[in-house]
Amino acid sequence: MKTFYKILLTVTAFAIVVTFGLITTASAEFPDKPIHYIIPFGPGGESDVTARFQEPFFKEKFGENLVIEYKPGGGGAVGWAQLNTMKGDGYTIMGTNLPHIIIKPLQTNVGFTTDGIINVYMFHYTPDAICVTTDSPYKTLKDLIDFAKKNPGKMIFSGSGKGSANHLAQVIFDGMAGIKTTYVAFKGTGASVTALLGKQVTAEWGYTTVPAKYEGTRMLAVAMEKRHPVFPDVPTFTELGFDLVSGAYRGIAVPKSTPEPIRKKLSNMIDEINHDPAFIKKMEDNGFAMLNATYGSKVDAFMAKQKKVITQAAKDAGIVK
Amino acid sequence: MHVLSFILEAMSPYHFSIALGGVVAGTVIGALPGLTATMAIAVLVPLTFSMSPTAALILMGAIYTGAIYGGAYSAILLNTPGTPSAIATTLDGYPMAKRGDGDLAVTLACISSVVGGLIGAAFLLALAPPLAKVALAFGPVEYFWLAIFGLTLISALSEGNLLKGLIGGCLGMLLTTIGVAEISSDIRFTFGSRTLIGGIEPVSALIGLYCIPVLIDLVATPARHLKVTSSNRGFRLREALSLTWRHKFNVLRSSVIGTIVGILPGAGGSISGLVAYSEARRTSKHTANFGNGEPEGVQASESANNATVGGGLIPTLVLGIPGTPPDAVILGALLVQGVRTGPNLFVSGESSIIYVFIAGLFLATLLMLPTGLLVGRYAYRFIITVPKAVLVPTVAFMTIIGTYAIRNNMSDVVIMIVLGAIGWVLDRCGFKPSPIVLGLILSRIAEQGFVQGWTIGGARGSIIAEFFARPISAGIIGFICISLFYPIIARRWKRNKEL
Repeated sequence: MKTFYKILLTVTAFAIVVTFGLITTASAEFPDKPIHYIIPFGPGGESDVTARFQEPFFKEKFGENLVIEYKPGGGGAVGWAQLNTMKGDGYTIMGTNLPHIIIKPLQTNVGFTTDGIINVYMFHYTPDAICVTTDSPYKTLKDLIDFAKKNPGKMIFSGSGKGSANHLAQVIFDGMAGIKTTYVAFKGTGASVTALLGKQVTAEWGYTTVPAKYEGTRMLAVAMEKRHPVFPDVPTFTELGFDLVSGAYRGIAVPKSTPEPIRKKLSNMIDEINHDPAFIKKMEDNGFAMLNATYGSKVDAFMAKQKKVITQAAKDAGIVK
Repeated sequence: MHVLSFILEAMSPYHFSIALGGVVAGTVIGALPGLTATMAIAVLVPLTFSMSPTAALILMGAIYTGAIYGGAYSAILLNTPGTPSAIATTLDGYPMAKRGDGDLAVTLACISSVVGGLIGAAFLLALAPPLAKVALAFGPVEYFWLAIFGLTLISALSEGNLLKGLIGGCLGMLLTTIGVAEISSDIRFTFGSRTLIGGIEPVSALIGLYCIPVLIDLVATPARHLKVTSSNRGFRLREALSLTWRHKFNVLRSSVIGTIVGILPGAGGSISGLVAYSEARRTSKHTANFGNGEPEGVQASESANNATVGGGLIPTLVLGIPGTPPDAVILGALLVQGVRTGPNLFVSGESSIIYVFIAGLFLATLLMLPTGLLVGRYAYRFIITVPKAVLVPTVAFMTIIGTYAIRNNMSDVVIMIVLGAIGWVLDRCGFKPSPIVLGLILSRIAEQGFVQGWTIGGARGSIIAEFFARPISAGIIGFICISLFYPIIARRWKRNKEL
């Protein structure tokens, strides 16, 4: 398998060198060989899909392949626990996910700490959203809250995972709206939407990617600062009086031993892709929302803020003590 | 004249060669334990970016269907399912190979896979939008009962020693609780070990429990691995075809079961093979012969698991919900390609992609017959002719590479070897691997369904009604009762008749 992979890689790399007129001869500048992009989840999920979106842009802009590999296990913990033992030459990068990298180390010793992970960039998020089926009797967020107020615990939400962005949003929102709802964790967004479409649950704490991908669903409100460009008719929670901006944030980290200039360079490269109109369009059409937290003060400030919010929510949810 | 144009497009030399290459690559990858269909497709995804969506789909479909069939080789010849889908194939395939009928078993598996694949693809072609609703009708409770139904198979697998079978099943169920819990995300029974945090990956457990004992026995005994009959009997195609014809209802029923289980997201090839096997065993005239090399067992498992390919694509393409793990990867690749899934894909005129793809899937399935027979013959020859001194290290090496490749993780290799050693000892004491693996795979689904059903039932006001009063649940419970009590009733009935 490995050899097959290598041959494949060599062939594609060779093809690129030829098509781009031997640009690699120019320098020994970083990057001069393929970069391994490790996703700590299995193939097919949103972490994989967004990395796949980046892949062709990276190749086009920097002339090297972004080779996506998977290291799933322990809800991402297996990959992140190994990150800092990997070679820090810039040719190994790993996807990181919030709230996972904040909550996991709070639960028990998982072999990594939140601050031990060097995030070089946070490039997008999938904003939380309350989704219902198109034929649902709940037309507005108010309808849903009214029902939940009258029937404590009877409003059943599906959502992806426990201690996930969806779950934390449910806990935070219940507190804000003064309601009590039931949250049923499913394995991933696909399973959670299936439960919604099959009417196993009344609504879903999902993401803005849900109506972009699954027919028969619509959103009541999105947890964004401004409305999502693809769904201009769906109000934000903020507009409706709830200060909720949250979601599953995704970024890229490097091993601790990676030198400072390379960290900056990687951040600049991802930033360049993140500002490509074609890339933005592709991301937004699929329901994602852009985020440009570059390496240094920006990503640090972002992480510090999220750490506070997420830790508190996780305590409220009873996931961590 | 739409239909013809779709077929012609699928048959274009380019698409034809892609389908052929995909089937061959898939078959070989599937035959190697640990290298699964999901992984094969994931590795090839970057390659598909430069292709048209149609060509990409045909390639992925061909690899998928080839890999599911390829899993049968190692199941039959090494008692190790090459992919989880082939678990049920080991039950009768390996005993067949042991007594010298390995060539027949491989050919039979090939024919059954082709028939199953064609039936699954036919359902995808004709009835995809209405059938996709089945995926939605299955809620958490139904998955719970389906998993319990699968567990009743333990009683069939441990003929003669039910107690040991049940203990094995419980061991498997306990093993799944290690690591991060699938839905509650509690971290359980890792004892602070970083090796255990990823949990026990079912495929690596499968390799350890099935393959390591075979390897140890190979080294420990002087006898040849498989019995070899002196004469070269070719493919034994005629014999296999007549067997297929004789058991055509078995093959058809298994294919339909495979398609339906494939439609259910979260079930997949391993469960469809097991369910079809248990049904074949129950309805067969030779029930007692199951587990001792009954061709019907191989037919049931292999036709069912290849039917899941077409079945699994139904919710994938209609609802955007992957029916099986490889479908999730196909769906991801389609997103990148910019193809939007949904019922509109099937409205003719809207887009021809889907019909060309289905035509390509039919083509790939048919191509599996010649390639499967050839590769199968080569694999069989290799296994029976190479000396043990070559065979054992080769297979041992493959198991390690395969286990590592599942999650790119050394911990899985360690777990695989430890489980293999434990499995060998248990095997000596009469605990067979199949009940353990069954527990390992099914309890994951059962636990999820149980916790979700319990929460939903609690919110709705009645947990009991949630579990027992839903029509599909009640139906599955009925099947569970039949499967559990049928042997007793049948025996009574027979005795009464004799009196």
